[in-house]
Amino acid sequence: MLVIEDLQLKLNGRAIIDGLNLRVGQGEIYGLLGENGTGKTTVAYLVMGVGDNKPTGGKIFFEGQDIGPLSVSQRARLGISLAWQEPARIEGLSVRDYLRLSGRDADLEAVKHYLWMVGLEPGQYLDRDVDETLSGGERKRIELAAVLAMRPKLAILDEPDSGIDIISLPFILEGISEMNKQGSSVLLVTHNEKVVELAHRVSVMCAGKIIQTGPAVATSLWFKEKCKKCPHVNEPEEEHS
Amino acid sequence: MINHSVEQEYQDIVEAYEKSGGDRHALLDENVARLVIHENRVLGADGAEGLLIETRETQNGADISLVVEEGKKIKQPVHLCFGVLPEEGLQEIILKVNARDNSEVRVVAHCIFPNAVKVIHKMDADIEIGRNARFHYTETHYHGEYGGIEVIPKAKIVVNEGGMWVSTLALTQGVVGKLDYDFEVFCQEKAVAELVIKAYGKKEDYIKVWERIHLNGAGSRGLARARIVLTDKARAEVQGETYGNAPQARGHVDCVELVSGEQAVARAIPIVEVTDGKAKVTHEAAIGSIDRRQVETLMARGLEEDEAVDVIVKGILR
Repeated sequence: MLVIEDLQLKLNGRAIIDGLNLRVGQGEIYGLLGENGTGKTTVAYLVMGVGDNKPTGGKIFFEGQDIGPLSVSQRARLGISLAWQEPARIEGLSVRDYLRLSGRDADLEAVKHYLWMVGLEPGQYLDRDVDETLSGGERKRIELAAVLAMRPKLAILDEPDSGIDIISLPFILEGISEMNKQGSSVLLVTHNEKVVELAHRVSVMCAGKIIQTGPAVATSLWFKEKCKKCPHVNEPEEEHS
Repeated sequence: MINHSVEQEYQDIVEAYEKSGGDRHALLDENVARLVIHENRVLGADGAEGLLIETRETQNGADISLVVEEGKKIKQPVHLCFGVLPEEGLQEIILKVNARDNSEVRVVAHCIFPNAVKVIHKMDADIEIGRNARFHYTETHYHGEYGGIEVIPKAKIVVNEGGMWVSTLALTQGVVGKLDYDFEVFCQEKAVAELVIKAYGKKEDYIKVWERIHLNGAGSRGLARARIVLTDKARAEVQGETYGNAPQARGHVDCVELVSGEQAVARAIPIVEVTDGKAKVTHEAAIGSIDRRQVETLMARGLEEDEAVDVIVKGILR
């Protein structure tokens, strides 16, 4: 479904993404695991086409189509969506309207359903705004509900567990599973070796490269043993072992 | 009661109101208290139990007295409609409001200038809110696309002990023209005041906002909020002032101005002053372009960029 070939991003002569190759299959939850600053979020942004940077090399294909020239909106309409690590707050936009527009004019019952899926009681949230009055955990759950409402073919979730309270975490994880059950492939970007165990397959990133790929639990363990104390973050090494 | 000789004129203003997006029933329902003034002609003035409306036509407008009797809670919103339908005109409204102790009313004002090429609309209001009385005032403007309108609303509001004044002025449809807004509130003990202005400036619009809240009573609270969006060559200057002059007075000045394009200019001047050691007044002012992350968030949900910007602007001005 998603194929990334030799992706590169150089900024001021420095390789932020350094020849990255990755494939996410249909219906797969694919974990992208790495310490902070290794380039995971940059990959997520390059796939969605957001942010200030464009790839300086390589290709990104979605269902066989080179999406490099496409706008964010065009990529979304192909079935790609992104939930940001820190979702934007939009004053005056109600949760109801946000989920409705995310679900292409989804009806009220559908909107309520997506809120329930992330553990939020619709009566308490429909008329609230997607603004600063929501806690970080509430906002992230609503972001997940918005992505669920889109029913995307590929959901890119950037650090879905970061900055949320202990009560919200199970709902976030459940929401990701539900998303996958309703047919979405998921690119799960995280630095949390526990969260990534939701994935079918995991790649570990370091210094803009993938240095290890394998089954979730084994790769998570590998990451914990090899990367937690490694000083190689964003400083490309000749070889990793 | 609608005078037969002005019935057609009344119908015309109702039509204009409806074309501007208003609900005509608000001006036609005889069970709703209302006041309709076209240029300097009072076309309809109907009070309600506990609500007295008196008017006097003047050379360029009207003098209005609106009294809410003590302890009366007016259930239905009271509708005021001020308009100038010709391309040119001057309308000067002198408004005196007395919401007596423990009263409660919600007033919805519609100001309609759909054809303005050279129109001036002035309002000079003197408002007193009694003890524990509550007064909600919403004023919505419907301007045409010519920009030949000058709107000059000025109000002095005294909110007595435990009273509440909440006002919103929205100028988001059509072209603003020139707006010179000046509202000043004086809050006594435990009184509450909230001043909100929302405006969408386009073309050559000029928006000048001056909001002042004096928190003179212990435990009084005030919020001066402005939401301005500017495009084209529009300019705005927003000055929000709050003065904490009594113990436990709490105030906040909150201004957001969004600028779209290269030629629009926004300026914000928040002023906060505290003369009592137990008062607290805060402010925040944000001026900038429309947040890229917000736009991309909505684009990632499938909206085109201009649709995303539209959603954000409508949200700010909602």
